[in-house]
Amino acid sequence: MRSPNLRRFRILFSALVFICFFILFADFKFIVPSKYVSILLYLQFIPSAIKFCNLWTLASAGFIAVIILTLLTGRTYCSFLCPLGIGQDLFSRIGGRLRKKFRRYGYKKPFIVLRYTLLVVTIIVTLVWGIYLLTLLDPYGIFGRFMTYFGKPAVIIVNNFVAGILGKFDIYTLSHITVTKFQLLTYSIPVVFLLLVGSLSLAKGRLYCNMICPVGTLLGLVSKASLFRIRFDEDKCTRCGRCSIGCKSSCIDFLQYKVDVSRCVSCFNCIKICPDKAMLYGVVRVKKKEHQTDNEKRRLIAGAVMFLLGLPQIVRGQDKSAPIPQKASTVKENRTTPVCPPGAGSMEDFNNHCIACSLCVNACPNNVLEPALLQYGVAGIMQPVLNYHKSFCTYNCTKCTEVCPTYALKPLLLEAKKLTQLGKANFIKDNCIVKTEKTACGACSEACPTKAVYMIPYEGNLLIPETNNDICIGCGHCEFACPTTPYKAIFVDGNPVHQAAQKPEDEEAKIKAPVEFPF
Amino acid sequence: MKRRDFLKRSAGAGLAAGTALSMRKYEDLWASSPVIAKYDMVAIMGGNPDAMFDLGIQELGGMGAFVQKGQKVVVKPNMGWDVIPELAANTNPILVKRVIEHCLKAGAKEVYVFDHSIDNGVNCYRNSGIEKAAKSAGAKVVPANTENYYQEIEIPGGVRLKKAKVHELLLETDVFINIPILKDHNSTRMTCCLKNMMGVVWDRGFWHSNNLNQCIADYALFQKKPALNIIDCFNVMVKHGPQGVSKADVVPMKSQIITTDWVAGDTAASRMLGVETGKIEYISMAHKLGIGNMNIDSLNIKRIKM
Repeated sequence: MRSPNLRRFRILFSALVFICFFILFADFKFIVPSKYVSILLYLQFIPSAIKFCNLWTLASAGFIAVIILTLLTGRTYCSFLCPLGIGQDLFSRIGGRLRKKFRRYGYKKPFIVLRYTLLVVTIIVTLVWGIYLLTLLDPYGIFGRFMTYFGKPAVIIVNNFVAGILGKFDIYTLSHITVTKFQLLTYSIPVVFLLLVGSLSLAKGRLYCNMICPVGTLLGLVSKASLFRIRFDEDKCTRCGRCSIGCKSSCIDFLQYKVDVSRCVSCFNCIKICPDKAMLYGVVRVKKKEHQTDNEKRRLIAGAVMFLLGLPQIVRGQDKSAPIPQKASTVKENRTTPVCPPGAGSMEDFNNHCIACSLCVNACPNNVLEPALLQYGVAGIMQPVLNYHKSFCTYNCTKCTEVCPTYALKPLLLEAKKLTQLGKANFIKDNCIVKTEKTACGACSEACPTKAVYMIPYEGNLLIPETNNDICIGCGHCEFACPTTPYKAIFVDGNPVHQAAQKPEDEEAKIKAPVEFPF
Repeated sequence: MKRRDFLKRSAGAGLAAGTALSMRKYEDLWASSPVIAKYDMVAIMGGNPDAMFDLGIQELGGMGAFVQKGQKVVVKPNMGWDVIPELAANTNPILVKRVIEHCLKAGAKEVYVFDHSIDNGVNCYRNSGIEKAAKSAGAKVVPANTENYYQEIEIPGGVRLKKAKVHELLLETDVFINIPILKDHNSTRMTCCLKNMMGVVWDRGFWHSNNLNQCIADYALFQKKPALNIIDCFNVMVKHGPQGVSKADVVPMKSQIITTDWVAGDTAASRMLGVETGKIEYISMAHKLGIGNMNIDSLNIKRIKM
């Protein structure tokens, strides 16, 4: 095949995929039904692979389909399905507009050592130690974090601007939304990756995919056995070199009529560029290649890995976000365990399966989920954690469990979620307004959906909270509502293993409706 | 009613009358001109929320006695909780709808509905059924979930609450109609007219940590007072309030109280709920501040059974 329509099809298809992913992550109005989320995420390689390890079902075998696709067509995944890859193409295009030089790639030697070392290290670390490195490097996760940290806030800022203008004209179809505050620590990793991926794609095309991305490298290996691939029609080629200059993977060596199939992402740009119709996409026999090792690069990789592992330790000492108290409470909350989202089952299980793509953070209508700093330890950085100072887990909602692509959050029926105890409420009487101020409050009990926090008689006409942890589900609404600072008078301590709460009591009311007006 | 308020209101009415006259619609003007209400309070029992309101407002001289042509009206129901209407944590949507219809029929230029909800705002508006009902009646449902919708006001004479941030629509509209639902409350023992105002302010935490009962009473001193309080007692949450856990917390009372005096309204409501009025501290506090009259036995009350 040498039709320029191949490229057109690629652009159209990938644009569609990218728009879908963009909407999915930027959907601040929560319009996209969860069932479409799983369809869109089915073919994402790493999420699907992790889900498969959890479930062993065909419904989670999208990554096998991707391998088969790669065996047939080469790394089409990288050009057609990977949101980060498509995003990079977009960046490259912008780069080309900015400076013509950015659009002149030319053949480069592959970073063989770096690529494969990173792949091997990622696999080993993931199998032996945990999901940490994979979380950092999975392209879908990186894209998800870009959207969460930069894309969605940008969309919300635009929304707020428009909502402000519309409000002046008495139109309230759009409402103002609070933008998540910028936190240096949680943003550090996405910022580093944005700079890395952004600058590489701006000037060097798909260098990130062909140097660092473990999925790209793995599929590159697989594509070495692919059926369809780009090749030269040597009879027609005039060696003008345009294909090589236009190749964003820098993988076409036109002097030798060679295309490095492990780096080719099947973008079909060369087919369109070639004035002689000498590039074609078709069935090819495999040719063998030599391998070389480069110690310099190995050292670099070792250094880079050490840096990545060490980074959280370096930034550890920077967390200071305690607000200035109005009227200080005195007893510090004794928190032992962070609260992980519903459907996690247990913290350990969750930490081992979450790739921190942050889709749940975006899907949460109550904005209670946020990327963890070190609550789960170093390995769990950026995995979602519930922050009850910011919001609470709303009773009638299972959204996060519906969208999770890796099954780190298992789907929960609403009735089951309402009885899933994420943690337990702890009341600190010495911080409570009712005791310290001798005035009525009850904000915690008012907010409690199960009345696990209820009021009992206190001095005079006053009532004071008491907790019943049998029916507490750890939603954190009490903690969120509690007005004391800096320490709350009631807080939820997470359950390392989620437990089943009992059903709230359901007694008939004793008060009867008046038959006559009582006044 | 303060003298200043009276002057303001009569000035508004005069202006409306003048405008209407210039538009040559004499008949309409006389039909909707303010009528001095014969009663301080109307209580209705035994009907559906909309039918009870139709009857009750008629006894008070029709909605035209409170809403003039061309005025902007804000209607404040309780829609603070993400629960379905049957659980009676939010004002009955049928009642809200009918009140809006009456306002528009009386010639209101625009009717707005909002509440600073406790649960997630979008879900509350949707699941309470009020958003849909209000829109179908022709009102504008306005968000109230972020601070930028709120403006700081002073509360002259407030004991603990001297300042508050209130929703901008409360300041920008001409008529304010309060439609609370009567419910049990875990710490103040009852939520109704006065306590419903916690949904027009931004910083509720301050109220909770600075003598909640006093703050509730203090807020009622703010000049923008409800022209009408319509208390929904159709289904009444008698325990586990103000959120409720299940239908077992709800008792159908099929009643409604309409009054211009919200302290009197709260007192009557407390009797419906079967709570000793003295235990609800903010009622006597508000009475002392001169906000209204809690001695309802001295009031002229119209009682209707359907």
